[in-house]
Amino acid sequence: MANPILEVRDLVTRFGSPARGVTVVDGVGFSLYRGRTTALVGESGSGKTATALSVMRLVESSGATVAGAVRYDGQDLLALEERAMRHIRGARLGMVFQDPLTSLNPALRIGSQIAETILAHEAVSAGEAWSRAVDLLKRVGLPAPAERARDYPHQFSGGMRQRVMIAAAIACSPEIIIADEPTTALDLTVQAKILRLLHELQREMGAALLLITHDLGVVAAMADDVLVMYAGRIVERADVDTLFHAPRHPYTQALLACVLNIEDDSRAPLEPIGGQPPDLRDPPPGCRFAPRCPRAVAACRQVDPQLLPVSNRQAVACLLEQKEAAYG
Amino acid sequence: MTASERAAEPSAATGAPSFAQRYWRLSAFMRDRAAVVAALFLLVVAAAAILAPLIGLYDPNDADNAMRLARPGAAGHILGADQQGRDMLARLIWGGRVSLLIGVAPTLLASALGLILGMLAGAIRGFVDQLIMRVLDVVFAFPLVLLAIAISGVLTPGIRTEIISITIVLVPYVARLVYTTTLGVIAMPFIEAARAAGASQATLLARYVLPNVLSPVIVYATTLVGLIIVVGSGLSFLGLGVQPPTADWGAMIADGRVVLRRAAHVTVEPGLLILTVSLAFNFLGDGLRDALDPRAARR
Repeated sequence: MANPILEVRDLVTRFGSPARGVTVVDGVGFSLYRGRTTALVGESGSGKTATALSVMRLVESSGATVAGAVRYDGQDLLALEERAMRHIRGARLGMVFQDPLTSLNPALRIGSQIAETILAHEAVSAGEAWSRAVDLLKRVGLPAPAERARDYPHQFSGGMRQRVMIAAAIACSPEIIIADEPTTALDLTVQAKILRLLHELQREMGAALLLITHDLGVVAAMADDVLVMYAGRIVERADVDTLFHAPRHPYTQALLACVLNIEDDSRAPLEPIGGQPPDLRDPPPGCRFAPRCPRAVAACRQVDPQLLPVSNRQAVACLLEQKEAAYG
Repeated sequence: MTASERAAEPSAATGAPSFAQRYWRLSAFMRDRAAVVAALFLLVVAAAAILAPLIGLYDPNDADNAMRLARPGAAGHILGADQQGRDMLARLIWGGRVSLLIGVAPTLLASALGLILGMLAGAIRGFVDQLIMRVLDVVFAFPLVLLAIAISGVLTPGIRTEIISITIVLVPYVARLVYTTTLGVIAMPFIEAARAAGASQATLLARYVLPNVLSPVIVYATTLVGLIIVVGSGLSFLGLGVQPPTADWGAMIADGRVVLRRAAHVTVEPGLLILTVSLAFNFLGDGLRDALDPRAARR
């Protein structure tokens, strides 16, 4: 595979004091590639959003400390000055947020909000930024973009607002787009349209897309590579076919078992995962999934498994699977 | 939006709305009848006050013994005269110069200062926040009028002193409102989205926080004007503001109380004027809020 455009190494994000804090992201590492969509999957509270915000360097202001490295364009984003980071945010790394209702400034016309992003990064006149904003709105499929650019966010439906968010995120043709649950707040029919739009834009721009979601249907439709996150860690990494057809981590398997399959006539009941995710203020020793894992053995409760490759398409953080891959 | 409204909007050349068009929508304001009437009334009052020397009034300080306590409607004195025979209409209009200035100037100054301090404290947590808000708490802890009296007492009496002292007293009220509103706005996801788009702290404050904080401040400031006219009159009554015989609505009420039973109009006229001007400022504030807040404009 080509060189990654963004490489995250040993990312650790901690909220609170050193003595009494929560480590919400614990040693996460992954790479993003041009033109490829990487899905980051996991349940609520698993650290997906914290990972994205850490990469964007947006968590420090809420009192978090971030360690590790985020390599992009020959530099470590985590070591950059805030001023230098500001020139990367929005220009090179675009972000689409979950809730389009509250992610747009209610007091600004939507054209101005998009123009604002352009003006923050490029030396263009306000008029030119505005006409580019209108072009962008057209590109994301907003009807009558020239007129609608003068409207305020409350005059738009949820799906249209998300199109506006996407237009703002791609305003400066970023190389990386991070979409944090971009369709969670939308109707199913609208979801499909927004996902298709994201997919098309990403293809056109050749950007890397990090898609954060808890919806495995979205993953199957959109992703090239998948990262499965549990309790602040990546427990499995694979390409999308491998993940759906040969999941190795018991958590991934359990996650897939929770999904309805229309073609499945057996009417077997859905299988929820028993138990609760661990309390991250005091994570269990050993594998974090062990307390809920049907296959856990004594070693799982003592040894902390690392994410290791089990084939050239798959890596898993599970002692049992690693042993099986090694000895067959 | 109707077609005619849209036509009234920005230039076709670039399509970009100007600064004024982004924040201010006249059409929304014009729809609010009460606000328009209030604005017209205030314009008339202000114009009369400004043009006082030119509109052929009596000298407001000229005592005509023959006309003492003349009733409203008396020959030559439409609104009557006070106990020294001074023309009420002339005194009300000349007094408006002082009272409007005392009501509006400190409110504007305090709103500007309060906006700056409150937004800084709300946006830059930690030391700056603590310093600004604790100092303001100290000012806040004093009773409003008492502190204004104390400050006026230290400086030389006069209109300027009165404006300065009332401004100082008002700043914490505005700053607290701005501070809490700013905290709420900063917690909104659109602030994080703006930061993710590369907005600088200055841009965030000017384009994202300020427009969302401005409308409550405007509404609050307009309610303050009425209060401040009364506080200002209190100061002049105590001899710490405008010096007699200069007219000011509050001072006129104070003068009139001596003859309240015999000639109520000396008190009632300035009282009614303070009441209507205060009300007008309140209506104006509501109208401005609607014009500034895109969501409220659709009612």
